[in-house]
Amino acid sequence: MTELIDLTAAQAARGVQTGEIGAAELFEAYRRRAAGEELNAFLWVADSPAAGGSPADRPLGGVPLAVKDLFCTEGVPSQAGSRILEGYRPPYTATVVAKLTAAGAPLLGKTNQDEFAMGSSNENSGYGAVLNPWDRGRVPGGSSGGSAAAVAAGLAPWAIGTDTGGSIRQPAALCGIVGLKPTYGACSRYGMIAFASSLDQAGPLTRDVTDAALLFRHMVGHDPCDSTSVEFPGQVALPVAEDLRGIRLGVPEELTGDAGGVQSGVRESFEATLNLAEGLGASVEPCRLPHAPHALSAYYLIAPAEASANLARYDGVRYGLRVDGDADLITMYSRTRARGFGPEVKRRIMLGTYALSSGYYDAYYGTAQKVRTKISEDFRVAFEQFDFIATPTSPWTAFELGSKTDDPLAMYFNDFCTVPMSLAGIPAISIPSGLSEGLPVGFHLAGPAFSESRLLDVAYALERAIGFDGRVART
Amino acid sequence: MRTEYEPVIGLEIHVQLSTRTKMFCGCELSFGDEPNTHTCAVCLGLPGALPVVNERAIHFGLMIGLAFGCDIAERSEFHRKNYFYPDLPKGYQISQYDQPLCRGGEVGDVRIHRVHLEEDAAKLNHLGESGRIHGSGRSWVDFNRGGTPLVEIVTEPDIRSPEHAREWLTLLRTTLRVLGVSDVNMAEGSLRCDANVSVRPVGSTELGTKTELKNLNSFRFLERGLRAEIRRQIDLLQAGEPVVQETLHYDPRSDRLTPLRSKEEAHDYRYFPEPDLVPVLATEEMIAAARAAIPELPADRAARFERELGLSAERARLLAFRSELGDYYERAVAADGEDPVGLANWIPQLVERIGPDANPAESSVAPESLATLAAMVAAKEVSRDAAREVLTLLVREGGDPRTIVEREGLGALSGEGDGLAEIVQRAIESDPAAAAQVRSGNRKALGPLVGYVMRETKGRADGGEVTRLILERLGPS
Amino acid sequence: MLDRAQVLHVARLARLELDDDEVQRMAAELSHVLDHIEKIRELDLDGVAPTSHVVDIVNRLRADEPMPCFPPEVALAAAPEPLRTAAGTGFGVPSPLADESP
Repeated sequence: MTELIDLTAAQAARGVQTGEIGAAELFEAYRRRAAGEELNAFLWVADSPAAGGSPADRPLGGVPLAVKDLFCTEGVPSQAGSRILEGYRPPYTATVVAKLTAAGAPLLGKTNQDEFAMGSSNENSGYGAVLNPWDRGRVPGGSSGGSAAAVAAGLAPWAIGTDTGGSIRQPAALCGIVGLKPTYGACSRYGMIAFASSLDQAGPLTRDVTDAALLFRHMVGHDPCDSTSVEFPGQVALPVAEDLRGIRLGVPEELTGDAGGVQSGVRESFEATLNLAEGLGASVEPCRLPHAPHALSAYYLIAPAEASANLARYDGVRYGLRVDGDADLITMYSRTRARGFGPEVKRRIMLGTYALSSGYYDAYYGTAQKVRTKISEDFRVAFEQFDFIATPTSPWTAFELGSKTDDPLAMYFNDFCTVPMSLAGIPAISIPSGLSEGLPVGFHLAGPAFSESRLLDVAYALERAIGFDGRVART
Repeated sequence: MRTEYEPVIGLEIHVQLSTRTKMFCGCELSFGDEPNTHTCAVCLGLPGALPVVNERAIHFGLMIGLAFGCDIAERSEFHRKNYFYPDLPKGYQISQYDQPLCRGGEVGDVRIHRVHLEEDAAKLNHLGESGRIHGSGRSWVDFNRGGTPLVEIVTEPDIRSPEHAREWLTLLRTTLRVLGVSDVNMAEGSLRCDANVSVRPVGSTELGTKTELKNLNSFRFLERGLRAEIRRQIDLLQAGEPVVQETLHYDPRSDRLTPLRSKEEAHDYRYFPEPDLVPVLATEEMIAAARAAIPELPADRAARFERELGLSAERARLLAFRSELGDYYERAVAADGEDPVGLANWIPQLVERIGPDANPAESSVAPESLATLAAMVAAKEVSRDAAREVLTLLVREGGDPRTIVEREGLGALSGEGDGLAEIVQRAIESDPAAAAQVRSGNRKALGPLVGYVMRETKGRADGGEVTRLILERLGPS
Repeated sequence: MLDRAQVLHVARLARLELDDDEVQRMAAELSHVLDHIEKIRELDLDGVAPTSHVVDIVNRLRADEPMPCFPPEVALAAAPEPLRTAAGTGFGVPSPLADESP
């Protein structure tokens, strides 16, 4: 059994395809681990792989997939980590999940998350916090914390999550795995329970860069059901780079200086990785993203504003929780939503409603949209000189459970380095760059829109040079 | 001295488009089907579902804009209009806000402010009391209608009377029907009308405080609701009280207007660009396709009736603004186009007999038969009075007018063969006083003599012929 | 910066019932967050176009072709109050007051 768990997903897929591994045996090995886990990473685990064609003939080789709770999966609980959707089983499946299942990755289970993807610690889940497999007293990051913890702990070979302002990259960093936030529009959002529609993107959380590329290859493509999705230019390439000759890395002082409050251990790991990159032939130079420090503010207006509308459908009429159905309509609405949503979700609904309300729109939402334009321009200018931009993924390593829950603003600074790329809609990846005091640190690389294949290639070369060992977490 | 007031009225019309499917999903449109049988993840607002714009709804919107002479937006966007109501599954309506599809233009004598696309709400039904919003009890939602494509047409405040509003709405309805973009059936709710009403002293160019009237969902209610509101506003002003800006619900049963919501509950719709949809750019191809799909419009048709067939402006509008009348008339003209003006005079006669809202094409009078009848009158084969009787019989039983005339013996009497000369002679003998006056040149005295002949012949005689025969005998010597 | 009345107004718009403690906490927390966010208002953004979409695509239109619908029992499967009537089944709700109409 342990041998199976030690394989990367790509290795396991190859094993099934060559007949060395039985797909049923592989599924059962992970199913048993997922069903018996103690991290609270899973909210639901499948009994068996859904019936279908032979996994050996398919590109993902029957390697089971953990799916963030907010992806709708037909007949399976899909609650977005919220009590307001407790027990909700949708009558349809998200496009990305359907594509991956069709490509041969059966659904293993649904993973815990911050409620409606709002959070950076997974402590905002309606179903309890997820524990970090590196230190169970610490958070796994969020909002895709269940997916990240499951992959890091070997409860799942790979997983998908969603990233709105850092929700794939930050938990990947805190759990010592790889997380890719694709270009906005690369993957369909159809069936993804929305947080902030103009920012949400699905992406892979995997043990290594090759797994990320393989999974991502089967996630992309235009979906007629998602007007904002686009055809990915060409096939996603599996990474092969052995060096970084000719690659120009830009390091934005705005995101790596003192403003973000980067921990010293994180900074050391980041700088060590930059040195490795230079050693592989890359050039590393400072670059400017003048508006990046304002990204967090713009993000915390735009995302809550969109969320305030996206979450208006949870009203106790068609599905989900209803409280005081015998009261008058407005009381039923207000109590259903008061009881069904957790504090952070309420806070963001309030913030977003306020930012859009009469008399404040221009000052808040309108201004944030203009800042968004400036941030995109900053990146466009930077990419004229640099191929990729490097920052730490998170200013911190995994922090202790409960240590930031009393200060929403401090919690928001988790996303300081990841939010600018989200606002610009460009792809970014986090790979483990080492440990700081026994906890994983993430290295964050961003590229121009649809540069994922090259981005994965660079990440792959760095990954080999770093030689991160995540086995400790998979006990 | 009392101030005279004039009303200033603008209309907001919601029209359901007759696409096959809904605005943002592939559910087929329906009317009267079992509740909640035309729904999917999108129009139920399920978590994770996303809207996709119906191509034909855009096409119809462009057709309407071009037909009205609007400026078509190069780029238009959808917004979210946020409010909570059980018939609104997402908690927001996808609508257009500051970048509508069309702006400007005119229909008849009323300018159009804007035309935009949006999605319809679902149907909220109330248990117990039918259709009325009341304070307690249960209601239930049927999502079949939810997501039906709507165009909202907003006029400038160019309407000056309830009658004007009614006449103009008729023109708008016909225009949309001719375009083929909607069923425009007010009874089924595919055309719905709200009005903005204010009054001002005659001669003033400033606008008074306006109120918004909802639920004017038939031509009759539109006229009555407006009349009631205008009266209410004038009464207020004459009593020295101000008109308060508010939304009023018109209850046709009581002819009363009730405020829909208190001022504290003023809405804040928090419009913002719909991030799930991308902008619509009306390309040259899209505009050309919409233009090519526009048939002759009522206003153009009326102009053609005047120009080519010689109808009066009033008669031309009467026929063209109700397309079924215009269609019927044109079929009759095609059957016999000798005297289109005379033929046009017979249409109101037919309408009078089949009812004001009936479609003559569905009556038992074939347009060819009406044309024949009109031609017989023109050729003096049948008198005008007798022809009216024939038309009544045609409406009742259909058939060919010539057969009816023959069967009923309604053919025109002539001086030679049919004994008309004898009846004229009797008339002169029966009223010597009148005869004497006519003889002395007083043509007014012809009346009783002609009347006598008409009575005797039961209207079959031609009035002109009778006069000629009388004068022949009594002509001033 | 956000006072109690504003919090209550926004909560009403958002249909969220808040108890007194929550109102107080919300006012404090949102004010704290907004204090930070406010800084973007000092940026010179004259003439800058707002971004609502990062992908530069237009005219994503769907052919007017019917797709299969849910059977009513699927549509109503998760309804908190399926309401059977003579006409068929609907989603039951408390009747709205006149004040609550859109």
